Amino acid sequence: MPVIKVESLSKVFGKHPERALKLLDENKSKEEILEETGNTVGVNRASFEVEEGEVFVIMGLSGSGKSTLVRLLNRLIEPTEGNVYVEEENLATMDKESLRKIRREKMSMVFQRFALFPHRTVLSNTEFGLEIQGVDKAERREKAEKALELVGLGGYIHQTPGQLSGGMQQRVGLARALTNDPQVLLMDEAFSALDPLIRKEMQDELLDLQETMKKTIIFITHDLDEALRIGDRIALMKDGSIVQIGTPEDILVNPANDYVEKFVEDVDRSKILTAEHIMKRPETVDIDKHGPRVALERMREEGLSSIYVTDRRRTLKGYVSADTASKARNEDVRNISEILNTDVPTVDKDTSLNEIFEQIYDSPVPIAVVEDGKLLGVIVRGAVIGALAGENGVTTENA
Amino acid sequence: MLDFMENVPVIPLAEGVSWLTDRITEIFSFIFEPIQNQFGAFMEWTSGQLASIPPIIVILLVVIGAFFASGKKFGLAAFSLVGLLLIYNQESWEQLMSTFTLVLISSLLCVIIGVPIGILMSKSRIAQAIITPILDFMQTMPAFVYLIPAVAFFSIGMVPGVFASLVFATPPTVRFTNLGIRQVSEELIEASESFGSTGSQKLFKVEMPMAKQTIMAGINQTVMLALSMVVIASMIGAPGLGRDVLSSLQRAEVGTGFVAGLGIVILAIIIDRFTQSLNK
Repeated sequence: MPVIKVESLSKVFGKHPERALKLLDENKSKEEILEETGNTVGVNRASFEVEEGEVFVIMGLSGSGKSTLVRLLNRLIEPTEGNVYVEEENLATMDKESLRKIRREKMSMVFQRFALFPHRTVLSNTEFGLEIQGVDKAERREKAEKALELVGLGGYIHQTPGQLSGGMQQRVGLARALTNDPQVLLMDEAFSALDPLIRKEMQDELLDLQETMKKTIIFITHDLDEALRIGDRIALMKDGSIVQIGTPEDILVNPANDYVEKFVEDVDRSKILTAEHIMKRPETVDIDKHGPRVALERMREEGLSSIYVTDRRRTLKGYVSADTASKARNEDVRNISEILNTDVPTVDKDTSLNEIFEQIYDSPVPIAVVEDGKLLGVIVRGAVIGALAGENGVTTENA
Repeated sequence: MLDFMENVPVIPLAEGVSWLTDRITEIFSFIFEPIQNQFGAFMEWTSGQLASIPPIIVILLVVIGAFFASGKKFGLAAFSLVGLLLIYNQESWEQLMSTFTLVLISSLLCVIIGVPIGILMSKSRIAQAIITPILDFMQTMPAFVYLIPAVAFFSIGMVPGVFASLVFATPPTVRFTNLGIRQVSEELIEASESFGSTGSQKLFKVEMPMAKQTIMAGINQTVMLALSMVVIASMIGAPGLGRDVLSSLQRAEVGTGFVAGLGIVILAIIIDRFTQSLNK
């Protein structure tokens, strides 16, 4: 039995939604309706079912109606037409009291920009859901601490959100949603505001958590890579309509129409993956602080044959290889800038895998990914090959 | 050009307002009179109580309060000490207490009335559309004009002073409360709703705390406006520093007027810094 069943759910923004709905019946497009009635179609007759324990990804570009759709599911936006069944109960028509009960007990939401309350501590943010249900203090504290422990923030409970990094803030957002122990988690572009490395980390962590939690998750994203990574099934949206629902494999192999095909075409991995996706955290030494001995020691520790050199602000200066460093150590050179090799192969973070592929075979050292002169990460050969082969773990393990 | 206006008789607007005021005075005298008596007595009593505390204790309390309110800095504390001693030295202590009572009571009433109206405005577009022009009217009408119905309703003394201050000083609290709540980010509202908040939980757990700084800025403005009404209110018999300013004006005594005015300035600065420090 599906946990969530959505039947022909529509949202029209504007003054005369009935007219717009009628025009939708006549197969008019979103633009035509806007022109004729001044109404905007947010979501057009969406229907789908989500099974228990499933990660259901709703994917589309901005303006495709995915954020509206997820808000129709917990009625933050009132549907114009259609039904949303949560375990047989129709959320679209129920009274406010029952709706509140569903929101309190069965569904929690995680927001794109975290939406943490800045005047509350991490702990009291996490307790929020239970607090408004009137759960007593000791119990809600215990549950909140458990949830924070789960997302790895046990030590930060008395900080305020402003003191935390983006990744940590979203962990609080996730913990806040989990504290209520809801059946359904709605995640609205939950990781989109995070930088790529953290985003990957959070995706992995969500999947790990899901192994044990078995929640029903509805995950909104505009990032195809993310959708393929975490979705059990994916619904693709365009102009307010769902154009295809299927497993990642289905969508890649049997695109339902031109639109989906165009998307999938882009999944030619060498094109869709960029330097940003396959770079790993760089091992570096500091040009002002460290000498050849430290460089050698770091290389030995990490098993590298060369290491990048930056200044305190992570501006890339060059690299030193193990050979030159050990020579310099024997000659008792103290300063790393004397042995610095500045002929560095660099790419920027949007460079596609194709181009990287050509460069990396001529390069004696890993390629540096830079932005405004700052070192963001490094790419090693193994990562490029792994990514082209379509391995999932294209992030960090391929050194 | 306006020839056609020749045929239009003068609309008896002034007469109309006078008539309305008379009727209100007559009809509601059963409310106004007890207010005037009871409330007047209460205010007299309050300022009497304040004046009966030995000044040195008041000054010390204010100085200590100032020290902690300003984050353990000496500036405001030192200023309060010197300023209050100066007022005491000029034999204006009793007037200062009267003025302070007037400002305190007016401001409290302004907040009690203003914050709920501000909340109402933030929640309802219709309420906002109705209340905004009324606030504009209250703030732009010269404050002297309020004195006339104030006297009609409440005779003379502190009570009509409070009434005039209320009309004049409430708008900032209303406006800032409305603004503060409307400024709370949409996503935080959604977050609180998505967890199943009731309307009042949303208001007290999210909106009010988030709007607190803005509301406090409005209250600070209200207190300052109430204080600025002190001199005007003295024209209808409100006691205090304002009365000294007024009487020196009538007798053209520059020096006395300056001293009383300085007392008001000192009080204003102390109150302003205190209410601002509550905002941190």
